[in-house]
Amino acid sequence: MPQQPAESPPHVSFQVFLDGIVAAVRSVFFYVLVGNYVGMGALAHEVGFSFGWMALCTLLIWAAPAQVILISTLNTAALFEVALAVTLSSLRFLPMVAAILPVMRRPGVRQRDLLLPMHVTAISVWVEGMRLLPLMPAERRVAFYNGLGVGLMSGAIIGGGVGYVLAARLPPVLAAALLFFTPMAILMSSARNSRTLLDGLSFALGLVVGPIVAAQKIGLDLMWTGLIAGTMAYAVHRIREALRGRKT
Amino acid sequence: MSLTLHDLGPVLALILFGFLPNEVWRLVGLMLVRGLDEKSQVIVWVRAVATAMLAGVLAQLLLSTSGPLAGIPVSVRIGAAVLGFAAFVIARRSVFVGVLTGEAAVLLGTYWFGT
Amino acid sequence: MSAEMQSYLILVLVGFLPSEVWRWLGIVIGRGLDEQSEIILWVRGVATALIAGVVARIVFIPPGALASVPLTVRLAALAAGFLAFLFIRRSAFAGVVAGEAVLVAGALAFGP
Repeated sequence: MPQQPAESPPHVSFQVFLDGIVAAVRSVFFYVLVGNYVGMGALAHEVGFSFGWMALCTLLIWAAPAQVILISTLNTAALFEVALAVTLSSLRFLPMVAAILPVMRRPGVRQRDLLLPMHVTAISVWVEGMRLLPLMPAERRVAFYNGLGVGLMSGAIIGGGVGYVLAARLPPVLAAALLFFTPMAILMSSARNSRTLLDGLSFALGLVVGPIVAAQKIGLDLMWTGLIAGTMAYAVHRIREALRGRKT
Repeated sequence: MSLTLHDLGPVLALILFGFLPNEVWRLVGLMLVRGLDEKSQVIVWVRAVATAMLAGVLAQLLLSTSGPLAGIPVSVRIGAAVLGFAAFVIARRSVFVGVLTGEAAVLLGTYWFGT
Repeated sequence: MSAEMQSYLILVLVGFLPSEVWRWLGIVIGRGLDEQSEIILWVRGVATALIAGVVARIVFIPPGALASVPLTVRLAALAAGFLAFLFIRRSAFAGVVAGEAVLVAGALAFGP
């Protein structure tokens, strides 16, 4: 069996990278992402951030929930609370990165080669990566995944720009509709991902508890909403499990 | 401490309070996959950060014009620190000698030059 | 709160919680993995509630152009979107379309 080269020659890597970008644009996630980020760009404009800041935000953070939290609370909340909320919302990256990076590792892949795949990992990239990477030989995977990530991220950045500009130019009713897209998208994706009572209940309670906590004007209301509503939902889950356990 | 956006500027806030808390999870994922090797790297970095913080505190104490050392002129403080460190090196890296010398120097200096 | 509510609360606090705590401790001590997944479940609950809080924030403290749409219209649009999602084979697309349609219609009818 011929020995595998430690690293493909640069022009081959670039070809594979482009393949990744093509796969990104053809993915269903591309359209969902662009739509999502158009709404987010509009939000960023209405709240008062600059065009460049929005693009940088997508480039650096590359996580829609964290970005929406940042955009909607950075102006008004204490920075500590924002950081806490962002930290909490991004926990899922740990198992995602830990799950997909080994798929790309092989002798010859240096630690720093994995830094870009690590950063571009987001739900859409990860899902497509988990689906497509096992189908190709190991030496193509890093470049392909990078292309996938860069492709999807570029769509998001462009979408954000489009939304930003649209918000300034659309008549008020349409601009309002564009802004409303973000809470709609969050609601839909949370509803669709909610497989258990815990997920659905956490969301519903969060919707109810949120305004109540905010009205108290004690500050850090996002954090308290998450803790109170989330713990309540978790308690219900535990009670259900306990009752189920007692039956056997 | 209730730092707001206006104190810090949007881009800095983005990096410190948006990018870092978010990226931290990706980084830890990467570390986990790497294994024991990276754990020591993480420890090395943590030590560097802690050391830098301590150095920052030291610099503040040496240079600040208010606080517990306010009565001691800055030049006396810095001079005493330098003398103490020199003594430490000369006495074959003895912490005891260094501290004693520094203390003596700062007391004498305050007596001669201070308020 | 009423006497009845108080008695239920006492039941939960004094009866259920203490015994449940020991059961939970048993799981924690017995199987470390279980504890980890329980913690992860709780964190997931908190994170989901938090992002729901963000939705509530946008609906109740709307930025920019959304502020000119009456609160009732915003809430109705949210509800309409969710209901459409539920009844049209859990389609996110249907939900978004329905929610937006109700918002636009409501904004035109009842807005400034």
